[in-house]
Amino acid sequence: MKQFKTMAYPYIAWIAVMIVAPMLLIFMYAFTVKGNSVTTFRFTLENFINFFSDAVFLDVLKRSLIIAIVTTIICIIIGYPAAYIIANAPGRKNVMLILLITMPTWINMLVRTYAWVGILQDDGIINSLLQMIGLGKIKLLHTSFAVILGMVYNFVPFMILQIHSSLAKMDKSLLEAASDLGANRVQAFLRVTLPLSLPGVISGITLVFLPAVSSFFIPKLLGGGQYVLIGNVIENQFLTAGNWNFGSAISLIMAVIILISMYITKKVDKGEDAKGGFAK
Amino acid sequence: MKKKSLLSSKIFMLLLMIFFYLPIIYTIIFSFNGSKSLTHWSGFSLQWYERMFSNSSMTEAIWYTITIAILATIISTIVGTITAIGLSKCGKVLRTAVERVNDLPILNPEIVTAIGLLMFFSALGLKKGYLTMLLAHIMFCIPYVMLSITPKLRSLDPNLADAALDLGATPWQALIKVIVPQIMPGIVSGALIAFTMSFDDFVISYFVTGNGVNNISILVYTMSKRVNPSINALSTVIIIMITAVLLIINIIPIIKERKTKK
Repeated sequence: MKQFKTMAYPYIAWIAVMIVAPMLLIFMYAFTVKGNSVTTFRFTLENFINFFSDAVFLDVLKRSLIIAIVTTIICIIIGYPAAYIIANAPGRKNVMLILLITMPTWINMLVRTYAWVGILQDDGIINSLLQMIGLGKIKLLHTSFAVILGMVYNFVPFMILQIHSSLAKMDKSLLEAASDLGANRVQAFLRVTLPLSLPGVISGITLVFLPAVSSFFIPKLLGGGQYVLIGNVIENQFLTAGNWNFGSAISLIMAVIILISMYITKKVDKGEDAKGGFAK
Repeated sequence: MKKKSLLSSKIFMLLLMIFFYLPIIYTIIFSFNGSKSLTHWSGFSLQWYERMFSNSSMTEAIWYTITIAILATIISTIVGTITAIGLSKCGKVLRTAVERVNDLPILNPEIVTAIGLLMFFSALGLKKGYLTMLLAHIMFCIPYVMLSITPKLRSLDPNLADAALDLGATPWQALIKVIVPQIMPGIVSGALIAFTMSFDDFVISYFVTGNGVNNISILVYTMSKRVNPSINALSTVIIIMITAVLLIINIIPIIKERKTKK
């Protein structure tokens, strides 16, 4: 069957051009300054220095990280119980619930995010409800609350599905064993279910944190034109300001931050594993 | 105790479903609104649908979205299948190298992939538009197709294809009659993922397109700066299309099952 090997070669050429070359271009632009043509390639750290010496950009970076972290935490708080309930539901209901949670994710994110603009408006249904129970109007649209809500709305299904798949894989007899050995339900959950579902939580965190840090249309639609996160800065550099070098440098900084946070999450996961092993 | 926890979990799931479906229902309702308001209902009307279909940029966006999604799905499914089969016969080093590179567009934030492609297309001197958008979509769809086919190939018995060859089949026949039918579920789900990825894509399309070639997502993004209920009409059309496709996909296996039972 060796003759089939050659079938992979055209694609190898394709990825060299379409995936590797664009990545290299980002590096090349990030370490050069505007005006340099390819022929006079000169290595410089100017773009990075500019970014880290500007308080405005550092503020944006900080805000992006805080929003992404808060979003991730809320997604765990909502996602874990949801996944737990679904995993414990009887067969037919389980399939039904999973379908209900995946259905909205198949609909365009822009469309679903835009729908919140109407709901969150000053005279939208949430504010009407608040007024009905006598709480008065609250400004919802164009706030951090709206941005976080939009992110949780878009990304929490990923968290639920990841945690659910790790809970569904769990051997139910382990829980029986735990209760036979005298553990109550809370102990069984803390000592058996929770540690076994952690890998799901970890991959859920990556699936939520990564798009949350880099998102630029959610802050634009729900945060308003003035609300700027790191993704919006990159968008501006490329599509408005036209400074590709600086934009490339910012996206590299963002990529590095994501890599570091993924590394930390994995480390925490390993640490938990070691503890679990010790308890045995 | 148990009953109480059952009730609270039911309430929790109900609230979650309201959270998920409220915006969708809201969009559908307000697409039939008589006035421009996004918050006050003033009678049933189809005016936003009329406006949508008389607005050439909207009908064009629907056309671009659908044709690009279909082309990207067909091309990426064929290329992804061929490559996955070829790669399964390659050495481990080459295989992991390709898998690592394939991971890049999957794991990288979309905006990073997008700016890379933007700079790449302009370095080539390609005019931003339909072709660049299609190329970009093919590029990010193929890794997903391969990801859903490769596990099926791994669980394939390698002796089967050899047996076919021993029995006088040409390699081409062995491929089409033995290997492809067995990995068909992987190919179908890969194609499905590719289609929805392409259909829904915003970030990458937004950066690599130009010259008035917009897909639905880009249109929603650019139009959302002003209150425009036509977006709701457009959204409703998309919601109904996607729901129909999903229902068909989920119902076909059930019908098939019933038929085989008979």
